[in-house]
Amino acid sequence: MSLLDPPRSRSLPDRLTGPAARLSRSWEVLLLGIAVLIFVANTQASPYFLDPWNLSDATFNFTEKAMIAFAMALLIIAGEIDLSVAGIIALASTAMGWALQFGLGTPGLVMIGLAVGLACGAVNGALVTRLGLPSIVVTIGTMSLFRGISYIVLGDQAFNGYPDSFAWLGRGYVVWVISFELVLFALFALIYGIVLHRTNFGRHVVTIGNNPTAARFAGIRVERVKMVLFLLTGLMSGIAAVCLTARLGSTRPSIASAWELEVVTMVVLGGVSILGGSGSIPGVVLAALVMGMVTFGLGLLNVPGIVMSIFIGALLIGVIAIPRLVARIRGR
Amino acid sequence: MIRSFVRSREAILLGALIALVLLVESRFSGFASPGNLAAVFNDTAILIMLALGQMLVILTRCIDLSLASNLALTGMVTAMLNAAVPGLPVVALIALAVTLGVVMGMVNGLLVWKLDIPPIVVTLGTLTIYRGLIFLISDGAWVNSHEMSAAYKALPRAELIGLPVLSWIALAVIAGFAVLVNRSALGRAFLAVGGNPHAAVYTGIDVGRTRFAAFAIAGGLAGLCGYLWVSRYAVAYVDVAGGFELDVVAACVIGGISIAGGLGTVGGAVLGALFLGTIKNALPVAGISPFWQLAISGAAIIIAVAFNARSSAKAGRLILRPESTA
Amino acid sequence: MSYSIDMTDQIAGATDPVLRLAGISKSFPGVKALSDVELALYPGQVTALIGENGAGKSTLVKILTGLYQPDAGRIELDGAAVRFATASDAAAAGVTAIHQETVLFDDLSVAENIFLGHAPRGRFGLIDWARMRREAAAILTRIGAQIDPATPLRELGIASKHLVAIARALSIEARVVVMDEPTAALSATEIEELYELVDRLKREGKAILFISHKFDEIFRIADRYTVFRDGQMVDAGRMADVTETQLVEKMVGRAVDTIFPQRESVPGEVVLTVAGYAHPTEFADIGFTLRRGEILGFYGLVGAGRSEVMQALFGVTRPARGAVRIDGRIAVIRSPAEAIAQGIVYVPEDRGRQGAVTAMPIFQNVTLPSLPRTSRRGFIRMAEEFALARTYTERLDLRAAALDQPVGELSGGNQQKVVIAKWLATRPKVIILDEPTKGIDVGSKAAVHDFMAELAAEGLSVIMVSSEIPEILGMSDRVIVMREGRIAAEFDRARLTPETLVRTAAGYDRKGVAA
Repeated sequence: MSLLDPPRSRSLPDRLTGPAARLSRSWEVLLLGIAVLIFVANTQASPYFLDPWNLSDATFNFTEKAMIAFAMALLIIAGEIDLSVAGIIALASTAMGWALQFGLGTPGLVMIGLAVGLACGAVNGALVTRLGLPSIVVTIGTMSLFRGISYIVLGDQAFNGYPDSFAWLGRGYVVWVISFELVLFALFALIYGIVLHRTNFGRHVVTIGNNPTAARFAGIRVERVKMVLFLLTGLMSGIAAVCLTARLGSTRPSIASAWELEVVTMVVLGGVSILGGSGSIPGVVLAALVMGMVTFGLGLLNVPGIVMSIFIGALLIGVIAIPRLVARIRGR
Repeated sequence: MIRSFVRSREAILLGALIALVLLVESRFSGFASPGNLAAVFNDTAILIMLALGQMLVILTRCIDLSLASNLALTGMVTAMLNAAVPGLPVVALIALAVTLGVVMGMVNGLLVWKLDIPPIVVTLGTLTIYRGLIFLISDGAWVNSHEMSAAYKALPRAELIGLPVLSWIALAVIAGFAVLVNRSALGRAFLAVGGNPHAAVYTGIDVGRTRFAAFAIAGGLAGLCGYLWVSRYAVAYVDVAGGFELDVVAACVIGGISIAGGLGTVGGAVLGALFLGTIKNALPVAGISPFWQLAISGAAIIIAVAFNARSSAKAGRLILRPESTA
Repeated sequence: MSYSIDMTDQIAGATDPVLRLAGISKSFPGVKALSDVELALYPGQVTALIGENGAGKSTLVKILTGLYQPDAGRIELDGAAVRFATASDAAAAGVTAIHQETVLFDDLSVAENIFLGHAPRGRFGLIDWARMRREAAAILTRIGAQIDPATPLRELGIASKHLVAIARALSIEARVVVMDEPTAALSATEIEELYELVDRLKREGKAILFISHKFDEIFRIADRYTVFRDGQMVDAGRMADVTETQLVEKMVGRAVDTIFPQRESVPGEVVLTVAGYAHPTEFADIGFTLRRGEILGFYGLVGAGRSEVMQALFGVTRPARGAVRIDGRIAVIRSPAEAIAQGIVYVPEDRGRQGAVTAMPIFQNVTLPSLPRTSRRGFIRMAEEFALARTYTERLDLRAAALDQPVGELSGGNQQKVVIAKWLATRPKVIILDEPTKGIDVGSKAAVHDFMAELAAEGLSVIMVSSEIPEILGMSDRVIVMREGRIAAEFDRARLTPETLVRTAAGYDRKGVAA
């Protein structure tokens, strides 16, 4: 028997537990439970909730944020963070509004939005991977810088007058109640899910988040992977900027303000460890649905947005605190 | 002693600050006058105090994003109480503000200490919760200047030996922090916990308790600033100091406080805050639109963190000795 | 080998112990670290605590210094029961420790590192910096360390940091001093200075617990011994009454005729040539060749620069000068990825940080550098991934419940097997093993030695960095000894004795120390 080229055998089992047992213990199932609970509560609370068009409207609460959250999830799993995503939206939106003055059509505007997103991601990525700076500080800086540039360009003004074909990207429906944004959301959920859970790249992301040193010692090009993740987060912010600008029909420098915190909340609520190394895209999808339904359900009850944020904040701490609290009490 | 100061981050930052002041002065005479500098300091007082609180938290390898929400909530509570019971002495309101702030800081600290939840998650949550509570208690209404008692509004503006009380409070806090960080066991514990949590345990320092103390102190300062902010601007509403938490972090970063913990000084935090405050005050003087401020502070953060990273590059094990001794 | 045994007169009239542990037990989830152990420490005497890695020594130190609470048992100080709830309690009771890992603060000054937690106080209970610096300087002078107390610790080398750790232990008015492998990072002269220090502490009447793996050291300074094996105390007594062989037997639990695999070594053509290799601060003038099917041992003291050379070869750090040739062709290695692509792999010493990704399952650890082989166009094929992982882990006789078990749940020896399996799956030309049997049990050690022999026989070239003399002598075809970042000598196994090895590594005449 050779060590370097051993024959195949089969005695060590692949997995200790079956798929059902693994699923029952997962964060996603807990989230699904919460989502169903909120859904039922919403149907009880408001007779308008189950209307298909109302439900469709509700999706706009989370589709744009969730698109960023997918990329952010990968970034956080890899042990980094990007707090500048809302700043990127502001800058990308401002760039599109500025380009509008030169009579650019919808394809041109979209290209500019995406290009600005990518460029911002490249700035973050270069500062973190080339200069070795902590991403949380770098992106607090670029968050101010990107939005700051929007303020310099726009001041207290706004860009308006986006063409109808552009507006469709934020308001249009593909079939019946299925909006273009919802389709994008589903598409990106699928793509990011496959990338994270089924590709070499995704495996590298998880490994880097668990132990960047061991990842490097295993031949993973850690800096390159992180650079790609910053670029992806920038690109997704650019896409979100296109959708949001199209939906609102105008650009102000305060656009998408404080979204970075909502996106991070969505990612963490989705079960992604803020310390890196673990997390799933289905979890983030469910977290997006939960947050969207809470916002919409309370909205139907005329509860103001700020109060909903209390609920989201409590949910964020609660879902992490309660399992730990239970474990502590049981441990005694 | 002098040589090590000249090489320090604080000296470089002080140099940059002086250069900035002189630059503005050279174009617009009067900026560097004592009176104007005192005004700049007074305007930056609250940022300085919050930066000091945040510094303690960052020293222990944590972060508190809820400081501005804490400030806004305590500010609203004192304003509403003042409007409802104008006779209540201001001292009692301040005591209440500090207590309330400490309690909110303790909530953060307990969640980090007892349940081991990452600080960024905890304070991201309490940031929205504290802010939301303002709406719940105020119903979204403003407390305006005319609803506040004269005494309530007067305190921070009252002059004492040429400086407003607000400035004196900030100076007292700075002095208190200098003693706390440099001369007290707790102060050194903050540095130890952030510098090497593992070693801190071996030294008999309780890491969780020390972090809890940092959050509580930072919360107390935010509470104090809540009263000062609302009384100074004579208005309380839900969005008071919205986004200010990031300015506070920015001041710390510019002040050379390492986000990785264990490294930072009181002087650094104060200078970092003053740097941002000076820019903010210099813009209108220089005729630049205030809309430039955000981008400039963003750029300042990036430059500061890049600079600090370069000056603290890690040395190797230094095995190799000169051949003569080998 | 002859040892001079330090017979101090205190032994004869052994007084009551200062500190006595009785019936101490401590369990962690899944592991019984200590069960019903006894230990007594006498004033003015050095007690050596002997045991293999994992015997429970570190747990005991942590209990003694208040970091862990025992599940059962008594700690008696001067005959009275005490309880150390925190590290401060233990320090207040006069128990202090110099820990294995230097647990210090890089960003604080030397003086503060010495006094953190018990700094001299002035008015209003505030820290008195001037007095702290004075007292720190006094302690440093006392142990013969020429270090300015105001220096930031970051600016010191390893040996100086160690002296600061010792100064810290002495800054407490201690009655009991625990030294956990205090000589591990010290040079020969520094070790000699440490012995003098221990002698002085003995004269001051302090009770010393000395943990070490080096038997010459134990016979040089200890008065008594206590042997731990698998969390139990197996024997205790006076050094005068026992021989080295007896101690080793007690420690291992069987007669030690440590058998290394018999090998017919037939070195083939040169696979790896390193010439003029140099790094600005870590090593210089490194040159050697490695043949097919050969095991090349690298011996030296801790901190001699061996790991640094290996990590440069593996592309982790970049050397300033020098050339590496693989199969005669110049190889440019700027990252581990490039090293792996050229057939060089590295099993690091720091398994938990650099080797295994402990939170991830076994199969994902094994396939990490071989993912392109178990995937199509970047998409992972799970069945092939499991198959590849199983193939190599089973061949290395991995003991695990399933392939999806997190590596962190395995024993040290099995974790090491996962790391080796990971590299074998890449079909390397050269495998570098850095302290391959550190922290793993005796059974797994033998298994690792067997793999190494088999791999060499199959034509793989092996570089083995080791600080264990038997391992170096038992496994290597050739041995290179490094000292202070340079190659001190190269030997054929045939011409090599333990004495030569130790003397070359330390760079001094051994008679000066132990004669």
